[in-house]
This record gives sequence, C-alpha cells and structure tokens, in this order.
Amino acid sequence: MIKLSFPFTEAQVRALKVGDEVLITGTVFTGRDAVHKYLHEGGTLPEGVSFKDGIIYHCGPVMMKQADGSYVCTAAGPTTSIREEPYQWQVIRDFGLRGVIGKGGMGPKTQAACKQYGCVYLHGIGGAAQVLAECIKKVNNVYFLEKFGSPEAIWELAVVDFPAVVTIDAHGNSLHEEVWAKSKAALAERL
Amino acid sequence: MSQLLDSLVELIRRTSAEIPEDIHRAILTSLENEKKNSLAANAFKIIDQNIALAKNKSQPICQDTGSVLIYVDCPVGYDQITFAETAREAVTLATKKGFLRQNSVNSLTGKNDGTNVGPGAPSFHFHQHRSPEVAVRVALKGGGCENVGAQYSLPDDGLQANRDLDGCRKSILDAVLQAQGKGCGPGVLGVCIGGDRASGYELSKTQFLRKLDDRNADPKLDELEQDILKTANELGIGPMGFGGKTTLLGVKICAANRVPASYFVSVSYMCWAFRRQGVTLDAQSNIEKWLY
Repeated sequence: MIKLSFPFTEAQVRALKVGDEVLITGTVFTGRDAVHKYLHEGGTLPEGVSFKDGIIYHCGPVMMKQADGSYVCTAAGPTTSIREEPYQWQVIRDFGLRGVIGKGGMGPKTQAACKQYGCVYLHGIGGAAQVLAECIKKVNNVYFLEKFGSPEAIWELAVVDFPAVVTIDAHGNSLHEEVWAKSKAALAERL
Repeated sequence: MSQLLDSLVELIRRTSAEIPEDIHRAILTSLENEKKNSLAANAFKIIDQNIALAKNKSQPICQDTGSVLIYVDCPVGYDQITFAETAREAVTLATKKGFLRQNSVNSLTGKNDGTNVGPGAPSFHFHQHRSPEVAVRVALKGGGCENVGAQYSLPDDGLQANRDLDGCRKSILDAVLQAQGKGCGPGVLGVCIGGDRASGYELSKTQFLRKLDDRNADPKLDELEQDILKTANELGIGPMGFGGKTTLLGVKICAANRVPASYFVSVSYMCWAFRRQGVTLDAQSNIEKWLY
C-alpha cells in the first residue's frame, strides 16, 4: 500500500504505476456529470474550490443534514467514470488535477491527459459505499447544492486512508486497456 | 402510520442495507477462488467488509440506491391504487431516513426534488393471481449497471449472430465484454430472448427475482445459462474489471414469443450490490415472511 497525501504533487503522482494500491489522505472534491458538463461549457469553479494539485472524486454521496446545518456522509462509493470521458482531459488541463477517483476506467483522451499533465486515475471499489464513507472523516463544505441537487453537487471531503487502485498512470499505461485486449482475445477463442 | 406504510419502509430499508443471502454466498465463494493478495481478492475483501458494515449500520450498501422497482403479486380485488399511493409515501419516507439517496431527477428540468417520487418513479409491476397471498418484491437497480444493459436485434452482422441460440450466446457474451468494469462486477445477468423492445427488457429484469442457485426448468435455457456463466468467467475480466476469475455471479434467462420480423435479445445487468428483497403480507399488511 502506498500512502498518498494532499497536496498531491506531480512527483508523487508520476511515481505511481498501474496496479499500485494506494491509500489517499487529504481533501478531495466530488464532481460528476453536471459539474463536468458545466466546466466544459466554460463554467467557473465556485469560490473556495480549487482542483490545483487536487483530486476529484466521481461520486454522488448520500448526505444527511444535521440539526446544526452540517452534513454527515452515510454512503459514498464511486460512480462510473466513462461518462466524463468527453470532458475530463480538459478539466485536468485547465484546473491542475493530479488525480481522478472513479470506477470502470476512462478512455484514450483521459489517458493522454494523465500522461501529458501528470495525473492518475484511481479506481475505487464500486458499490463499497459504506467502507468508503467510513474514510470520509468530515464534510467540509458543499457547493452548487441548489443548482445541481445533492448527488451532483461539489462536496468538499476530508478523507483518511481512502483505498484505490491506480488503473491509469501518468506514463500512458492503462489496466483497462490490458484487460480489454486480453478478454476480447479470450472471448474470440470461445465463440 | 398505516401498517402497510410501515411494512414497505422496512422492506425498502432491508433491501437497501442487506445483501440477500444467496448473493452473499456467491461472493464469498468467489473470494476464495481468487488468487491471494491479487487486486481481485482485495476488491472482494472490501466488498465483503462493505456488506457487513451496511447491515450493521442499516445504511445503503451502495450510495446509488437506483431505480426503485416494485413487483406485487396480489389476489383479485386487491386495492392496487391504495397500495401504489402508500408505496410512494414509503419511498419518500425511506429517502428522508437515508435508506434511499435523493435519486430521482426530472428529465426535462434537471430538478431533483429529493422525494424519489415522480413520473415513472417508483415503477410498479402488478400481477394478479388466484391465491389470497400478497407478495411484494423490491429491487433497487443502480445506474451504473443499468447503463450497461444492452438489446440486440438479430441477425447482427458485426457479431455474426444469427437467429438461433448460438446467436443469443454471442450477443450475451458481447454484452459481458462491453460491460467490463462499468457495471460493478461481478454481476448477474437477466436475459430475455424474444418479446418486443419494451417487454424484452421488462422480462429480463424479472429474472433478478429468481434465486441465484435455482436452475432453469427449460433444459435448453438451463444449458445456455451454465455455458454463459462458465465462459464469462474464463475471460479474465474479474471484479471491477481488475482482471481475475470472477466476472459473473450468475446468469438467468427467459424466453418470450416474438413476431416473425423481430428477434431481440435483451440483457440486463445487476451489479454485485444486488439489492432485492421481498415479503408476503398478512391481511393487516404486517410482514409475514421474508422471501430471500
């Protein structure tokens, strides 16, 4: 297990390779379909949100509002990342992301952006909403809650030892590409 | 609170927080089959921890609590209108309690009113029968696995799939290949051969109501189910698409008549976080027994 801590520097990220298992500690921001489309169309990040040397988490959590107005996260696994494939490269380029947490992997555009700008794709365990919610120690803030609704809002989370696997590294490698090629060949033999 | 409302909220809570026993058993068997300390085995360990945590905390196994599908088998004369009204109320209440995420979005305005109730949500599937029993089954189907569902129209030249069982096999295995990573594998396939575009998908989902270890009464479909399961697990896709021995936990296939011009193979995919539960209700709408 490799420990990754905020701020996530380019050197830290470039040292990772496909197949590495990591534990992430620090601030991460959620952002999924609505946020990516919004940024792609020229939208700006709200004040207080910075992706510089940061990690975005493709996640629509379950949040319970407390009596004092704060939030507790009660479920927070990754959502399918490939839907952000048209936009992710641009968000990496323009906002300085060093990591993208999601599930299911991403395509060639994101892979190329990871290599060019120094970013990695970190695969969470899809469906493991409780184990991952336990790693969220605090919900620091929420942005765009009214605009996008709770699952699509930007939630600022303080995470400790959040487990993930590097499946796209900053050197042009992708575990998804490997598994795809092997499984396709294995299927062809069985038809 | 009416007794029916109470029973339905409890049914939703348990569906969201507790994995059915048949699925859990299959997950544990798969964990043993994977190579120790591999990415696949480690993924299964987290999955197993997650199952225990969700149950203990009575919180959603997965944050995507999905589309709420409600299947009701009821006797002649049962008041379906009152049932549906109460079930909508139960969904709203279960959402407030955090058993369901605020998960229902108006497709035109993009607004999420946080109730999980709206046009088509939840979806009801009533079926009248001669028995006096009222059986209610709920499935929560997340978006990740719903998005990898696929419908093939045979013949399919690209797949060299003709209008026969071999063509169905090629289509179903193509769906498995395409779904890799995206549907939170290892998953379970529900398939319908035939029907029309709507009924094919509809019936494919009813296959998820079968227990994982049952066997198909039709020998041809049984053979196809076993073959797809074995073949898919030889492809090396593995949990989360990390590579590994377990790509599917089960395959369930049904067939429906078609018109001569159409030959659809409809494939629905359910993730490992296989949320389905059911109850029978007594005359006062108390939960009589759990079905899974």
